[in-house]
Amino acid sequence: MLKANTDIVRLNGAEKHFGAVRALNGVDFHVGAGECVGLVGHNGAGKSTLMHMVAGTLRPDGGQIAVRGNEEASYSVARALELGIRCVFQELSLCPNLSIAENTRINHPALKGFGWRRKAADLIRAKLDEIFPDHGISADDIAGDLSIGRRQMVEVARAFTLTREPLHLVILDEPTSSLDAHTAGQLLSFVRRFVEQGGSCILISHVLGEVLQNADRIVVMRDGKVVAADAAAAFDRDKLVAAMGGAEGHQKAAAETRKVAAGPLRVRARPARQQDEKELVARAGEIIGLAGLAGHGQTDLLLAIFSAAARAKAGLEVTAPVALVAGDRQSDGIFAQWSIAQNIGIRSLAKLRKGLLISPQREAELAEFWKQKIGIRTPDMNNNIYSLSGGNQQKALFARALGSDAEIVLMDDPMRGVDIGTKLEVYDLVREEAAKGRTFLWYTTETEELDNCDHVYVFKNGRIVANLGRDELTEEKIIQSSFGDAA
Amino acid sequence: MTAIAPGTLQKSSQRGSAARARLLRGLLPALSLALVLIAIAWLNPRAISYFGFNLMLNLAIPIALATIAQMFVIAGNELDLSIGTFVGFVGCVTATWLRDAPLMGIVVLLGSIGVYALLGALIHLRNLPSIVVTLGMSFVWQGLAILVLPKPGGKAPDWLLSIMSFKPPYIPFPILAALIIAAVVHFGLMRTSYGVILRGSGGNAAALRRAGWSLLRTKIVLFALTGLFGVLSGMALIGITTSADANIGNGYTLLSIAGVILGGGEFVGGRVSPIGAVLGALTLALAASPLLTFMHIPPDWQVAANGAILIIVLAARVLISRRER
Amino acid sequence: MASLRMMLEKPWLWSFVGALVVWLATVAFTGGYGAGGMVTAALSLAVFTVIVGVGQMFVITLGPGNVDLSLPANIGLASAVAMKVMGGSDSMIVVGLLAALACGAAIGAINYLLIWALRIPPIIATLSASFVIQSVDISYGRGLQIKPPPGFADFTNWQVLGIPVLAMLTVLFTIGAALALQRMIFGRSVLAIGQNIRAAWLAGVHVGRIRFLTYTLCGALGGIDGALLAGYFRGANVDIGNEYLLASIAVVVIGGTSVAGGKANVPGVWGAGLFLVLLLTMLNTFGVSAGVRLVLTGLIIVGVITAAGGEKAVR
Repeated sequence: MLKANTDIVRLNGAEKHFGAVRALNGVDFHVGAGECVGLVGHNGAGKSTLMHMVAGTLRPDGGQIAVRGNEEASYSVARALELGIRCVFQELSLCPNLSIAENTRINHPALKGFGWRRKAADLIRAKLDEIFPDHGISADDIAGDLSIGRRQMVEVARAFTLTREPLHLVILDEPTSSLDAHTAGQLLSFVRRFVEQGGSCILISHVLGEVLQNADRIVVMRDGKVVAADAAAAFDRDKLVAAMGGAEGHQKAAAETRKVAAGPLRVRARPARQQDEKELVARAGEIIGLAGLAGHGQTDLLLAIFSAAARAKAGLEVTAPVALVAGDRQSDGIFAQWSIAQNIGIRSLAKLRKGLLISPQREAELAEFWKQKIGIRTPDMNNNIYSLSGGNQQKALFARALGSDAEIVLMDDPMRGVDIGTKLEVYDLVREEAAKGRTFLWYTTETEELDNCDHVYVFKNGRIVANLGRDELTEEKIIQSSFGDAA
Repeated sequence: MTAIAPGTLQKSSQRGSAARARLLRGLLPALSLALVLIAIAWLNPRAISYFGFNLMLNLAIPIALATIAQMFVIAGNELDLSIGTFVGFVGCVTATWLRDAPLMGIVVLLGSIGVYALLGALIHLRNLPSIVVTLGMSFVWQGLAILVLPKPGGKAPDWLLSIMSFKPPYIPFPILAALIIAAVVHFGLMRTSYGVILRGSGGNAAALRRAGWSLLRTKIVLFALTGLFGVLSGMALIGITTSADANIGNGYTLLSIAGVILGGGEFVGGRVSPIGAVLGALTLALAASPLLTFMHIPPDWQVAANGAILIIVLAARVLISRRER
Repeated sequence: MASLRMMLEKPWLWSFVGALVVWLATVAFTGGYGAGGMVTAALSLAVFTVIVGVGQMFVITLGPGNVDLSLPANIGLASAVAMKVMGGSDSMIVVGLLAALACGAAIGAINYLLIWALRIPPIIATLSASFVIQSVDISYGRGLQIKPPPGFADFTNWQVLGIPVLAMLTVLFTIGAALALQRMIFGRSVLAIGQNIRAAWLAGVHVGRIRFLTYTLCGALGGIDGALLAGYFRGANVDIGNEYLLASIAVVVIGGTSVAGGKANVPGVWGAGLFLVLLLTMLNTFGVSAGVRLVLTGLIIVGVITAAGGEKAVR
């Protein structure tokens, strides 16, 4: 057992809320000197939020943070850098208009004065040589010209360069997501060397094998809490999967077998990167699930289907009007200036017209109908959309799609951060609408939602890797196919 | 996990083509300038001489300085619609106070640079659209210019006149000045360690904040530099025209934006080039009148030629960046 | 308290309040002399700013970066086209107006074509276009100042009970524009695109078509404005539209339309148009010099945007 004062960083009871969503719910977490901690969990489990806190880019709403045993009252990025804590964020943070040497300069205030360019170039070149011996990157390359994999290599190498500030802990958030197996191996063995020399590291990865092999200790998160933490040797792949997925959420939600009469074809689509003959087929009245890890091509396929409905595209067949329910409400769904009623009506404007003008009465009727039907909790549908809680905002987006003439409804992981009550209401509605002949294509990162689907396509690296029927649908099976290390 | 294709050869050739396209795009300003020069030489060989250049590039120095001024705000993803009337204001101050009461003149000019710095702070702190703020400021500068010099007139200080009429051996002064401006700004923005931070603020502001840099400070510095070069542009202009007029700089807003874009700059992303901007300004200065007179284009169509050159260069850039993909 | 909240919710009221204050101040200064005439003159002049202001408002509402800088050139060319087509003959008035409308609409369409084909920001596309248009105008309108037909000149200057008829028609037009903005698919789509172009696309809005229509509409309004200006001032000239570049943007901003896009209002354009004209009248009456007038106008624009600016941080 490590003593508290040898910890590089320790968080006690860390809490964070984003609006109504609890991203972190009283998390205790620590990293010792010379230790590599693996951090795993599903999307939205709270890993990134926790790491933003350690790096100082997010302030906790509750709880304490201590570095080397000293409590930090006003912790910030600058303070974290001073204390030798650095983070390689998942979203790339290079300036695309600057060269590699110049990007290195940005992280090192000490690189200035006469000859700084040469110093910066030498620094990053040496580190790249050390981590990725055959990298083939020049310090004069412009970051925007490099492939995404090389940009990731530069970012990782930059985090380990050393000038004035000390270096004790590096957080690597999915550092291998854009690297091939060879480069990923080089990186991980460097991390091992770094840790053996006394450095500390937090490794977040969805490739469970990487974590099991390289971490000393593994912390598993789910729903904003730490659900398991133990020495890496105490885990194996199955145990990790079980801890991440949650065994208790396993009994199927009263799977009344829906009778699906095979209706006419609605969608036939092949992902752009599909190399074999697998394709997605959806018929009238079906609920089709799209599963797999986040960002493995599910949203891309939904968007391709969406645009194919407006303009014909090769390799895509869409035979009815389409509506989309966005998962990222802020950037893809909500019109912030508008009322709830206007937000619902936008997809059905032509239907709401009386003569040339949109009829306020019809708009209100549509809004009122869906307020009752889907249970939007508000005193007045003319209130601004942001007067609603997140779950009710999402219901309004469902109402927008279901109130339209669309026969095909695309759902882009719409239940992110929505409370369970809302979820159950929406599940019922989706099944009801499907029974009336609507087709649903439902991408979700929450495995239990797939129980509502007639069958499920599992995605990996932009391709369909499995097509599971309703009867063969188990959480293990989905996780196995989406985490399959055989690339 | 297989974003990098196997095989080092393939990788480097892919990056090579990106670099080649960027080089091509970087050469575009020089190519357009060369094209204009060739056209002039073909139409009137005598124009390619020491005196010819002095004559043709008469106004190139103030245009180049105004373009550089605009380039600094564009580097930070902003736009200055007031630079033209600001140049006019500076011109009026130069032709009056700077001659009659030099200390007062210097204080006013330094103060106006301070106003620019404050604008940068205001735009950053209140998250304002720079287009509207500088639009308002364009009224202010114009009004101040009229207040300083209600009727065209005034006279440039003698020292300024003698600087601007300097005749170096062999190289015409406008070309020499353009070289110096390009070299100085290139060094300052592209080679110094803080220049990197300034350009980075346009490229990825979030990354800069994460690394602990103050975005307020970068914005203030960029706007102050715009003010500084605006002042230089106004002074240079008066050094050439010898007297001022409140409307003297009005055309410079559009010319400076066009110059930056001709020079390979982009409105967002911190991608600007001081050398390109100076080349763009020279191209505009040349294309503005002498070339078109030689080509027997009636003066009516000279503005159209400027617009057409802009559109053609932008179209060429779209073609190049398409091939890039 | 309640009325204060109402004021805050209706930002366009401020522009009318401003116009009223300025008018009262001027009337107080002159001791009541010319109060009515001032309103008549303000209405006559505000009309031209309001017409292009409405066009510019739709464009600016499309979201950050959308602005039409070609309006002055457009106005200049359309005024020349209208006067030449009318050729001083009353029988050709309608044809001339239609020609100006078509000319403006064509310029708007070309603007969007440049934006779309060259994928360049609207500001530089409309700027380059305006260079070309300006030359076309200089070349086309070369020589003498072209006079409007007497009937047209009288019509644009016609007043009933001290109210310019053109102002009444423009009020009708702005009511139509307000309906189009709030109650027609076109306006709703413009507002949706301005708030969030991606969400608008995903909600089934025809983004490309709507943007094309918006730029064309703005161009057409510039065209008609040019014809009316030439009638009112009894002659077309190249510089007739010059002041409308800044004025059109200024009335949109002062009128309470968000420069960040997605939030527009038509009444505010009227209020701001009257405010600017009356401000000018007031400063003239006070005997303030042109310089002070410009400085104050500029400071007011900066002040208004600074006061209204914080809202962008909502998201």
